Amino acid sequence: MTLDRPDDFDGWREAARELIGAGVPPMSVVWQVAGDDGELFGSEGALPPGGGGQPMFSVPKPFIDLAKAAVCHSDPQRFALLYALLWKLKGNRRALEDRADPLVDRLEKLAKEVRRDAHKMHAFVRFREVAEENGTRFVAFFEPDHHIVRREAGFFARRFASMRWSILTPELSIHWAPETQTLCEGPGATRADAPDGDPLEETWRTYYSSIFNPARLKIGAMLKEMPKKYWRNMPETSLVAPLIAGARARELEMIERSANNFGAEAAVKAERQLQTGGNLRASWEALMAEARGCTRCDLHCNATQTVFGEGPLDACILFVGEQPGDQEDVAGRPFVGPAGQLFDAALEKAGIDRTQTYVTNAVKHFKFVLRGKKRIHSKPDTAEIDACRWWQEQERALIRPPLTVALGATAARSLTGKTLTISRAREAPLTLADGSECWVTVHPSFLLRIPEEDRRAEERAKFVEDLTRIRARAKELAS
Amino acid sequence: MAQLDTREKLAILADAAKYDASCASSGTAKRDSKGGKGLGSTEGMGICHAYAPDGRCISLLKILLTNSCIFDCHYCINRKSSNVRRARFTAQEVVQLTLAFYKRNYIEGLFLSSGIIKSSNYTMEQLVEVARSLREDHDFRGYIHLKTIPDADPELVRLAGLHADRVSINVELPTVSGLEKLAPEKSAPQIEGAMLGMKGAIEDGKDARKKYKSAPNFAPAGQSTQMIVGADKATDGDIVTKASTLYDRFSLRRVYYSAFSPIPDASAVLPLQRPPLMREHRLYQSDWLMRFYGFKPAEVVQAAGDDGMLPLDIDPKLAWALKFREHFPVDVNRAPREMLLRIPGLGTKAVDRLIRSRRHRRFTLDDVARLTVSIAKIRPFIVTADWRPTLLTDRADLRTLVAPKVSQLELFAA
Ligand code: SF4
Repeated sequence: MTLDRPDDFDGWREAARELIGAGVPPMSVVWQVAGDDGELFGSEGALPPGGGGQPMFSVPKPFIDLAKAAVCHSDPQRFALLYALLWKLKGNRRALEDRADPLVDRLEKLAKEVRRDAHKMHAFVRFREVAEENGTRFVAFFEPDHHIVRREAGFFARRFASMRWSILTPELSIHWAPETQTLCEGPGATRADAPDGDPLEETWRTYYSSIFNPARLKIGAMLKEMPKKYWRNMPETSLVAPLIAGARARELEMIERSANNFGAEAAVKAERQLQTGGNLRASWEALMAEARGCTRCDLHCNATQTVFGEGPLDACILFVGEQPGDQEDVAGRPFVGPAGQLFDAALEKAGIDRTQTYVTNAVKHFKFVLRGKKRIHSKPDTAEIDACRWWQEQERALIRPPLTVALGATAARSLTGKTLTISRAREAPLTLADGSECWVTVHPSFLLRIPEEDRRAEERAKFVEDLTRIRARAKELAS
Repeated sequence: MAQLDTREKLAILADAAKYDASCASSGTAKRDSKGGKGLGSTEGMGICHAYAPDGRCISLLKILLTNSCIFDCHYCINRKSSNVRRARFTAQEVVQLTLAFYKRNYIEGLFLSSGIIKSSNYTMEQLVEVARSLREDHDFRGYIHLKTIPDADPELVRLAGLHADRVSINVELPTVSGLEKLAPEKSAPQIEGAMLGMKGAIEDGKDARKKYKSAPNFAPAGQSTQMIVGADKATDGDIVTKASTLYDRFSLRRVYYSAFSPIPDASAVLPLQRPPLMREHRLYQSDWLMRFYGFKPAEVVQAAGDDGMLPLDIDPKLAWALKFREHFPVDVNRAPREMLLRIPGLGTKAVDRLIRSRRHRRFTLDDVARLTVSIAKIRPFIVTADWRPTLLTDRADLRTLVAPKVSQLELFAA
């Protein structure tokens, strides 16, 4: 059967009626749309002789609604599926009620996708005003996923009945004439056919950025409802990236300005605590419990246990090391071995109280090679760092430290997703994705491994220097 | 001060409105502009025309007429003692902006609120004037939501209801003590009195429509309210209880919750903490439980912990099920609708489909899976033709088994 248009419901109904009447089973019908590639085996319109003898039956109304929506889907199977369902309905009038039937389920899903696309069209069409001889016309360019334009034109006609408007899409364009209150169709168009701006767009963008509350960033929720594929034809969406990038800074500024009113430190601290009914702690504990069962990479197989971060959840400084070593793996706590002791000593020299900081590792399981009975530390590879990064990110999302310190290249990779050279990166702070500051320095175990005594002393002093600078900066950020 | 142009005013007055959670534009009378008269339509379901990076939908042009205010409510950025930049729209500016945005399909209509200037009546008059002009001078048929001022003249409030689809009066804070402390110039009896008056007017309007077809449609989308969450010590239990009495007493369409956000130049009375956004979300979920799932307010409160707070890592329905395991498992092939609605992870739509479908088949686990998002979450709570949980509901670690990863992600992202 060949239908005139991709959304030709009437044509389908007509054909289906005849086929059913002739008792043609679904398997022997091939459906196609005029202009699409011809089907090899279809023999057009050849109904078996003696057809039409079967009594007609009436279909339930929900089926019509379902079919009207589903024919607009871009799935080439849609006509055949609908006919198969119609066939089923002939045998069982209530077949449609059985939503758990795979055929019904599939068609309902097609219809749902069409309705969603239609809904997005109602929402995301953006008109631009253009001057014409006899007044103004409002023109929009839109790219739907399915063949919905004819179906949805009525919505715009009801809403903008007194305006002259056109909606251009790649498949066809629809024009509304307010004088005659009629729609007419034209050929498909490209974006270049539509006007490329409207003076009001700047005002609209002002509204869009002002109504956004930077203290409530929820990017996932936005993307779920406004998928990126629609962004191209919406004037406000070019603001999304800069708004997100500036959000944390704006929020901090809001808080800082409030803070001026009554004790800066207390305010920043209170905000960061995020504590309601001890929830922060509970969330952190849940996170740690979950990390215990982590199988994101293979390291969990051989290590004794996950070594999760520790420290106060309102810490101003969060240290990220590389990964637990032999002793940490047994103790289940970060930085307790030789490198940890060196770290403690350096912190003390720099005047940082370790119990006031949060200390964690980029990779949470010990990686080693067995040499005899000894477990020799071996560097985590990039895949492992990236797998484990999730935990570090969750920890940081809970604690939201104004200042994070990457100890060594592994930590820097985990925090930034990039491979950095420590000697170069340690000079100035980086900005992390959430807008907070990140300082890079060496890992204490690097200091342990330097053989020459004078160079060792020199490097240790440099490390303490870094930590001292970090302490000063953390204090600045907290006030 | 130099004159501000419309765009500068818009930046200030939209910014000032961003703390308001309500945005819905649904549930009003069906209208359109067929025949070429007027502008706009409403088709029952509101449309979200864009989403901001905070995940909230933009459906209406949500602005304040002015952010000046003679009151000094501590939680409010526009209070008298705050030193934010002030701006004020004329009624005509708001009208023009609304029409221009509407014509480009950016919005469903207008949500207008205002700081109180001069007097409550004067402010209310201005709000009404915007709505009147839109409706009468421009034949605007889109959605209008007006925030009324509690102690304004009842006649003005009546006019608001005549032009607007929805009216709202904010209860502001869930407890009387919170209101006294944070909004000393507002009073609970006054706010609730205004809501009661509005309820009466809406009902009268409906009666009149039944008798005379030509009677004006009075606030066809009803009234709503908003409370701020996390600015005072009210627990989720307090809030849920308060909301349910509001629904009952004033026939509200919606209660909105707005997580208190840190605001610039906050008053020193405020705790400068930001409640997790997840808390707001859990409150909305508890609202749904009461409105669509047949939960009584007391049952929602039972789902909260000893501290009166709903758990943040799991949704309140799951929390309830974990606490009252004796009600489970539920046989999906036999149980009545009320019990099906109690199964965590099963929404109203899925329940309706299930009931319709089960006349035709005995449900297996696979059948249920086709109706739902996550069968893993539901499995411990149901019995099907081929499945019976082996005392799973008794396991102490059930919570960790069913607590969904996604909701944890949400939590940590909040
Ligand atoms: S190393 Fe990290 S990602 Fe890999 S299993 Fe352990 S915790 Fe998971």
